[in-house]
Amino acid sequence: MLGKLWGKNMNEYTIHSKKMIPLDRSNVDTDQIIPKQFLKSIKKTGFGPNLFDSWRYLDSGFPGQDNSSRKLNPEFILNNKKYEGSEILISKENFGCGSSREHAVWALQDYGIRCVIAESFADIFYNNCFKNGLLAIAVSRDSLKKLFLLSERVENIHIDLVNQVILDKNESVIVKFEIDTFRKSCILEGLDEIGLSLKYTENIKHYEISSKKLTPWIFE
Amino acid sequence: MPRTLYDKLWDLHEVIQREDGTYLLYIDRHLVHEVTSPQAFEGLRLSGRTTWRASSNKATPDHNIPTTDRELGIDGITDEVSRLQVTTLDDNCKEFGIEQFDITDQRQGIVHVVGPEQGITLPGMTIVCGDSHTSTHGALGALAMGIGTSEVEHVLATQCLVAIKQKNMKVEINGLPDKGVYAKDLTLGVIAKIGTAGATGFAIEYSGEAIKSMSIEERMTVCNMAIEAGARAGMVAFDDVTLNYVKGKPYSPSGTDWDKAVSQWKDLRSDESAHFDKVIEIDASELKPQISWGTSPEMVIDIDSTIPEPKSSSESRALDYMGLKTGMRPQDIKLDQIFIGSCTNSRLEDLRVAAEIIKGNKISKDLKRAIVVPGSGLVSKAAVKEGLDKIFIEAGFEWRAPGCSMCLGMNPDQLDEGDHCASTSNRNFEGRQGYKGRTHLVSPATAAAAALEGHFVDVREIVG
Repeated sequence: MLGKLWGKNMNEYTIHSKKMIPLDRSNVDTDQIIPKQFLKSIKKTGFGPNLFDSWRYLDSGFPGQDNSSRKLNPEFILNNKKYEGSEILISKENFGCGSSREHAVWALQDYGIRCVIAESFADIFYNNCFKNGLLAIAVSRDSLKKLFLLSERVENIHIDLVNQVILDKNESVIVKFEIDTFRKSCILEGLDEIGLSLKYTENIKHYEISSKKLTPWIFE
Repeated sequence: MPRTLYDKLWDLHEVIQREDGTYLLYIDRHLVHEVTSPQAFEGLRLSGRTTWRASSNKATPDHNIPTTDRELGIDGITDEVSRLQVTTLDDNCKEFGIEQFDITDQRQGIVHVVGPEQGITLPGMTIVCGDSHTSTHGALGALAMGIGTSEVEHVLATQCLVAIKQKNMKVEINGLPDKGVYAKDLTLGVIAKIGTAGATGFAIEYSGEAIKSMSIEERMTVCNMAIEAGARAGMVAFDDVTLNYVKGKPYSPSGTDWDKAVSQWKDLRSDESAHFDKVIEIDASELKPQISWGTSPEMVIDIDSTIPEPKSSSESRALDYMGLKTGMRPQDIKLDQIFIGSCTNSRLEDLRVAAEIIKGNKISKDLKRAIVVPGSGLVSKAAVKEGLDKIFIEAGFEWRAPGCSMCLGMNPDQLDEGDHCASTSNRNFEGRQGYKGRTHLVSPATAAAAALEGHFVDVREIVG
């Protein structure tokens, strides 16, 4: 299950010494993260090779294609060798705006991204991240500036979710970040959210009984 | 304590607040389409779960389906991957007992056009769909939100959404717009003013004289683009306009249920002194026809102004992508294609406005293509009955079968590289309508006027 990405051991709740891919753009929309032609899939996997497809390649991609023979856009940050193997993407404000497609989160994860740090996120995308165990962290513009500087120097950072801090290579705190309890536990514990909600079956049924009396047309 | 419309809708649907602070919010209607649902149904199967209340879900295919050869039914879908997605929806609806208006059903159409048209979505309801433009249904005085696929599965299985309450924002649009200025121009004007993240974390209530004087179809156009300002939900208070719209729809309540419903719906308005965390005021009488010049719905200008000096690297990139230069006038943008359609502007009133301008004229010879895609089979039928199809066809437009079509180009309706398109849709993102395509978001009237000239014109000079 996707939500278990972070593992079961508390020690695994830190991303150790990882470099960051700096995507220096505002309003990165989900149409860019994964273009529409790839949404035709009925699976949750296999989107990684088409992450940022139209920025990443010099041609127009299509589903089922052999991506290894396509010409890469050398100017796009994902194709810069020095960021190869990174698990952290940093970007600017309103990341993930536009379409509700959860495929955007699946594509980032399938590519190997475990954490996105940005100045702000669009609501639906932010929600979708935590449903899949992708950590999304919003930080101030000033903190983001520091991170961009570090990423250009290809310096590693540590992300400690338990203590909600991002540390530099010398283990000094760059920024403390906010995250609500529920979303944090979703990632840390990889919760089966539906199972959790079904524990409230009696409450839902009780609600329905009174709602049926009040608004019977909704139940017809 | 005085409450906003959003507060009231929320209170009506709160099942329980959980220990972690989140709420379970009861969902009355769940709309399903082929793109964001297959993984959710698969999730149910894998975990051995089923739907909580099958009748609350209604489905129709819209994103993938072609707008030609509809008489062939499923065989009209030549793209195998698209066809599999549509037949997967058929199979899932059968397996889970969900009512579907399938590709052969005359009621099929864009999910956000079909819901209100059928009375499936009603005032006072909570409505969700795996599509960000679900905010459209808020026009009926409902709480309607786009959700992701995990949430689709969650709603199917539990009839609830795990939710955190949003803040309240009021967008008050006073004054009345000039002739030639439409609901689309108003909603674009709001986004231009507050930005694409201006309402992130808020539920928007649109109010004021301009909104009150609008039809439900116009209000849907406004609420549709709430998400383009960052708000998951946009809504308008219930009034007589809503009542008259909802009355007699196939799935609307009738008899004593109707009387009961109306008496409850009358409370679907914000109390006099309700608190809003943010208030935006706009004077509709000052608004002009809007046109987007860039690759974000906030990059919008008045029809009589010029392409601005870029103020950020995003704007410079956008200018470059769009092949435009600072100082150009909208009239200087040579158009290649015209698209009238999408969940924003594909309803009967939209088609009437466009047809009125087109009537007796021919589209520019410089255009490659101009298409009209009605929002549903029933919109199409009503338009044909009025002879609108003939007006469009005689002018040189192609009259297509219903679906999302070129709004996002998941079907064969796409722009070619470099094409400029006057589009009545909602997003001008890079590549949205086709690889390297260039989208200009406009009202149906502005799109129609542009079709005649092959470039943008001030539609106020035609209808004013």
